[in-house]
Amino acid sequence: MSQRGGIAPYLQAAPLALVFLLFLVIPLAIIVMVSFWTYTDYSIQPAFEVQNYLDVFDRCIVRLPTLCTTFRTYLSTLTFCAIVWALTLVIGFTVAYFLAFEVRSPTVQSLLFLVCTIPFWTSNVIRMISWIPLLGRSGLVNQALIGLGLIDQPIEWLLYSSFSVTITFVHLFTFFMVVPIYNSMLRIDRSLIEAARDAGASGWQILWNVIVPLSKTGIAIGSIFVITIVMGDFITIGLMGGQQIASVGKTIQTEISYLQFPVAAANAVVLLGTVLLIIVGLTRVVDIRREL
Amino acid sequence: MANGNLELIQLTKRYGETVAVDAIDLKVPAGTYCCFLGPSGCGKSSTMRMIAGHEVVSSGDIVLGAQNVTDLPPAKRGTAMMFQSYALFPHLSVLDNVAFSLKMKGVEKTERYRKAGAVMELVDLTKYASRMPAQLSGGQQQRVALARALVTDPGILLLDEPLSALDPFLRLRVRTELKRLQRELGISFLHVTHGQDEAMALADLVVIMKDGRIEQAGTPQEVFHRPRTEFVARFMGGHNVVTLDGRPLTIRADRVRLGGGEAGADRSLSGEIRGVEYQGATVTVVLAVPDAGEITAVIPEERFVASPAALGETRAIHWSRADEYAFA
Repeated sequence: MSQRGGIAPYLQAAPLALVFLLFLVIPLAIIVMVSFWTYTDYSIQPAFEVQNYLDVFDRCIVRLPTLCTTFRTYLSTLTFCAIVWALTLVIGFTVAYFLAFEVRSPTVQSLLFLVCTIPFWTSNVIRMISWIPLLGRSGLVNQALIGLGLIDQPIEWLLYSSFSVTITFVHLFTFFMVVPIYNSMLRIDRSLIEAARDAGASGWQILWNVIVPLSKTGIAIGSIFVITIVMGDFITIGLMGGQQIASVGKTIQTEISYLQFPVAAANAVVLLGTVLLIIVGLTRVVDIRREL
Repeated sequence: MANGNLELIQLTKRYGETVAVDAIDLKVPAGTYCCFLGPSGCGKSSTMRMIAGHEVVSSGDIVLGAQNVTDLPPAKRGTAMMFQSYALFPHLSVLDNVAFSLKMKGVEKTERYRKAGAVMELVDLTKYASRMPAQLSGGQQQRVALARALVTDPGILLLDEPLSALDPFLRLRVRTELKRLQRELGISFLHVTHGQDEAMALADLVVIMKDGRIEQAGTPQEVFHRPRTEFVARFMGGHNVVTLDGRPLTIRADRVRLGGGEAGADRSLSGEIRGVEYQGATVTVVLAVPDAGEITAVIPEERFVASPAALGETRAIHWSRADEYAFA
């Protein structure tokens, strides 16, 4: 054995550290830096001012309990996030449970799992807009309902609404829940289920007392995926909300399109902080490292 | 729970075309330590899993006490199973593992902890109550599994190769412990193993299985002294199975002596010594005897020292004809 210490371990860690530095730390540092700069309609000036942050929360505190634009945007984004999280969790858990426990043959299991990945062979945007002919005013759903005589007028809230945004989010991101949960479920020793049954546990009791606690890490990882994606999203909300629904991501996008980089950066830092808080909260509840 | 007799009637398990357990009949009186013994794939585990209710019975019946339990769910049978890998819940503390079945029954928290505590005392686990299973040694985990099975007050405890995961030294200690526990509780233990020494040491009733059938069921002495088939004799060990005078018979290895015997009462043969193994109190000598095949002699150490044998020598052996036993 060579002696521990010296330069060798640092060299071994260097490539990955470099990647992190280049693609994560430096860009983040730049965003934080720019968020303190000043800007006018046509220029950006290096500076160190907190004005951008004050602008983000402009009169937010004094006007309470009336919500300012920023708070309303965050509330709407968080609401979407919560609803989408709950739906993807329930659907994702169910699919993962079916794959891991109801399908007995490992070959069929892998096959069905691959089938789940097929939608990912097309781009997110295409999968989004393919909802439009389905949900539109004269879309498939409305026509079918009218044809069946269930409604006289087409339902307006199907498309370009919170409904269409939610359904698209769920459609796009449920698989991000399925994968980690399925992965933790596969690691559950089957004899534990038998032991629980031997102890008199019913199906629901086994689910609640054995399977859910042992899938916790998968649930947490899937939740992080879904929450971070939905919190930062602007394309889905824009496209499926008919550019009418506010989200933090869309705010940042709009500010960038007006070349207001410093305030966009400040907004991004606030968003990052919010998402980090949620994730820290999650890791407090579940020890994720057990899975990694 | 009914502390009853267990009876298997024409119990059969088929997996597609393969017959794992082939119409076996067996009676296990209440309070018996019963060992299912056999090579892997003989159907002993399937039989136990059917009794536990974790495997669907293809045909036949399982009667426990006065109740036909063939189609009852596991927890309604009055059986409890201890799994081979222990199957402890990794996310629950020792106390919660032991109290698990009580929680499933809806027993209130203080009451179930009190009861679990009492069982844990029985197996000397009290001081580990708050540990997680991963923080325990193999022997401690085994005791948790035992306590978890016993907390339901089962009429029969089913143990699936309970000692196989332990090191040899611990295995002996736990073996003694299991026997003591069974005596104290007065319930039947049904213990699946592939180790004949384990079965001999523990069982009141040894059930030897082969290819899904019961080869022989009886006390350890019966099985050892009067093996019904060649397979039993070979599997129990300590026997030579030889064909002499045109019929197969067995002679216990410890009854074979070196040197020539008396003409009438003894049977004398001779062969080349192929192996000499020193075992401590005894010495095992293996000879290749023409016409009879390999014969093993287990000789007390002092006798061997008095007349030692070396590899390659040709030596006479003998045994009393009264010790020969022909299969029924």
